[in-house]
Amino acid sequence: MKSLAELQAIREKMKNTMSMRDEDASGIRVVVGMATCGIAAGARPVLNEFAKLVQEKGLSDRVKVSQTGCIGLCQYEPIVEVFEPGREKVTYIKMDAQKAAEVVERHLEAGHVVEKYTMAKSGLK
Amino acid sequence: MYRSHVLICGGTGCTSSGSQKVRAALIDEIRKQGLEDEVNVVETGCHGLCEQGPVMVVYPDSTFYAQVKPEDVPEIVTEHLLKGRPVTRLVYNEAVTDEGKVLSLNDTDFYKKQVRVALRNCGVIDPENIEEYIGTGGYQALGKVLTEMTPDQVIQEVLDSGLRGRGGGGFPTGLKWKLCAPNKADQKFVCCNADEGDPGAFMDRSVLEGDPHSVLEAMAIAGYAIGANQGYIYVRAEYPIAVKRLEIAIKQAHEYGLLGEDIFGTGFNFDIGLRLGAGAFVCGEETALMRSIEGKRGEPRPRPPFPAVKGLFDKPTILNNVETYANIPEIINRGAAWFASMGVGKSKGTKVFALGGTITNTGLVEIPMGTPLRTIIEDIGGGCPNGKKFKAVQTGGPSGGCIPASYIDIPVDYDHLAEIGCIIGSGGMIVMDEDNCMVDIAKFFLEFTVDESCGKCTACRIGTRRMLEILEKITSGNGTMEDLDKLEQLAYYVKNNSLCGLGQTAPNPVISTLKFFRDEYIAHIVDKKCPAHVCKSLLQYTIDPAKCKGCTACARQCPASAISGKVKEPHVIDQSKCIKCGACMATCKFGAISRQ
Ligand SMILES: Cc1cc2nc3c(=O)[nH]c(=O)nc-3n(C[C@H](O)[C@H](O)[C@H](O)COP(=O)(O)O)c2cc1C
Repeated sequence: MKSLAELQAIREKMKNTMSMRDEDASGIRVVVGMATCGIAAGARPVLNEFAKLVQEKGLSDRVKVSQTGCIGLCQYEPIVEVFEPGREKVTYIKMDAQKAAEVVERHLEAGHVVEKYTMAKSGLK
Repeated sequence: MYRSHVLICGGTGCTSSGSQKVRAALIDEIRKQGLEDEVNVVETGCHGLCEQGPVMVVYPDSTFYAQVKPEDVPEIVTEHLLKGRPVTRLVYNEAVTDEGKVLSLNDTDFYKKQVRVALRNCGVIDPENIEEYIGTGGYQALGKVLTEMTPDQVIQEVLDSGLRGRGGGGFPTGLKWKLCAPNKADQKFVCCNADEGDPGAFMDRSVLEGDPHSVLEAMAIAGYAIGANQGYIYVRAEYPIAVKRLEIAIKQAHEYGLLGEDIFGTGFNFDIGLRLGAGAFVCGEETALMRSIEGKRGEPRPRPPFPAVKGLFDKPTILNNVETYANIPEIINRGAAWFASMGVGKSKGTKVFALGGTITNTGLVEIPMGTPLRTIIEDIGGGCPNGKKFKAVQTGGPSGGCIPASYIDIPVDYDHLAEIGCIIGSGGMIVMDEDNCMVDIAKFFLEFTVDESCGKCTACRIGTRRMLEILEKITSGNGTMEDLDKLEQLAYYVKNNSLCGLGQTAPNPVISTLKFFRDEYIAHIVDKKCPAHVCKSLLQYTIDPAKCKGCTACARQCPASAISGKVKEPHVIDQSKCIKCGACMATCKFGAISRQ
């Protein structure tokens, strides 16, 4: 290693890996319903898309992606819930990988809820 | 890119409880369920809760699984890694609330009050992957030191932090470096003491197994500070996992140019060699350790000259303990003031303790200096199991003493413990309850020092043996009050006349138990009784004829055939045959057998 910049580059590269193991729970939590119903409806690609994009875009120090069991609204799966401290929970329904990418870009990165995919929009509360 | 990491402990404790089999099963099952691109399995060092092993943590949820068996793996993979439902039955029981909610590790009693500095990366990174260490900020401190600080500034920072040696002596680390720095020589050395000889201690092993690079980085920093470019780590060969991880770490540091020549392009060169010790306790003493590295018989020599002037190969040398080094990069990164803000008085920072003996949560704990003993025993350790009464805690191993229960509120730091004749030592903490005999404990440690005395000086070689003989006499019921006086005199004689720390501290367990538990010694001598019912020669098992139903269960259990009697008639124990194993008492359903 001939310079501090080289060290910094490795640190940067490892940022996603290390922040996944951070115990800090103060950021945004994205939770994908991964019960049998969710998986059958295609939740797994949604989960993986979120996990991939959050890391690729360097959001992993403030956004954690994980799964949960059945949320209880099987006909709307895949369901994704976004918990943000100080804000109301946002529930996205009937998600797919493409919609996930949109949510990452517009909601997680820019801070605007993607209304058209939310449960509130579909008339359910 | 993985969406989840499973960290499984590959430290010595979990390895011996089968973590490698669990890891293999996990990798296999993850592949079977097609999750290998989504879930990453990482082998780490120690999480501290060794008694709950094998342990593993699933991130990002930070769910802590304990005592996992290979059979449990498919359920964890399907339920948790795929479907996101933690298998609560396998979660560490302290991490599940009564409502079934799974807590993160840091919210459990065992971890809540801990502050992890030396252990910051243990259980969090893969110790065999230098990039994970760099990812947590590793080698930043070395970079900062080499590019922004002068050697004097480094020494000043360490001095200001108040860091004192964690190997037992408690000497200020910055001062040690300062005394060595001005000594001119064609060659100087930085050594690391990883001999860890105290029975029951495993703090250093865990750091080496879980975070070897932190020690390498610190040694390079020390080398820059004192003007040395060669380091040696003296590690005991009984630590095969630590040795292997150190070898890998040194090799990787070379590959990344973090050891070797012209580090960070600054012209600074530093290299580290490993030297394996054969596990002699005396080789942990600094002058003996250096002898041993030189390839000679590990015996201490008188000081001065001190190693700072004439150490390894007669060159100026500093020697620090593993845990001492593990603190250094954090002190450089976060500043002396941050470190000094933890702790009390002249004891700054945190200390790792190996909590063992009769305590619910055995394992490694790191706490700020000055934490009350009560917090360690009751909150973190969970008290003595089976409702037994806490009696004392032995600290500092064979060089240390006992803190009796009446001092449970004492702040645990160098100076408060010294006031009552105890030491922090290297961090061994053996908890004892009402069933432990203090004379027996003193005898245990003396047996150890008699074995480990190198024999060079008479006071230690013969003095400790004579002391042990007196203790044996007392525990077998043949002691006299004169013996007690002789024991005490001899203790101070050995302390004052031995050449090195081994002999100078060997009498401490006796001195301290005599101070706080003299009545127990007297009970052995005068009443011929062992109040804790440990010393076999002073025990007697008897059968109460009124309660005995003549069921013959005890007679059938007795391995020495010492019990006789007819069916349905009271039995008797032949005291001349009885070996005092207690099997009869454990068997009797009628409470007819008593021990005195
Ligand atoms: C008999 C004996 C055994 C010792 N064993 C160890 C040991 O296993 N590990 C250790 O770090 N220090 C041990 N020490 C203390 C070392 O001599 C030395 O003080 C220490 O390594 C210095 O490092 P520190 O200032 O960082 O604590 C031992 C001392 C004596 C007298």
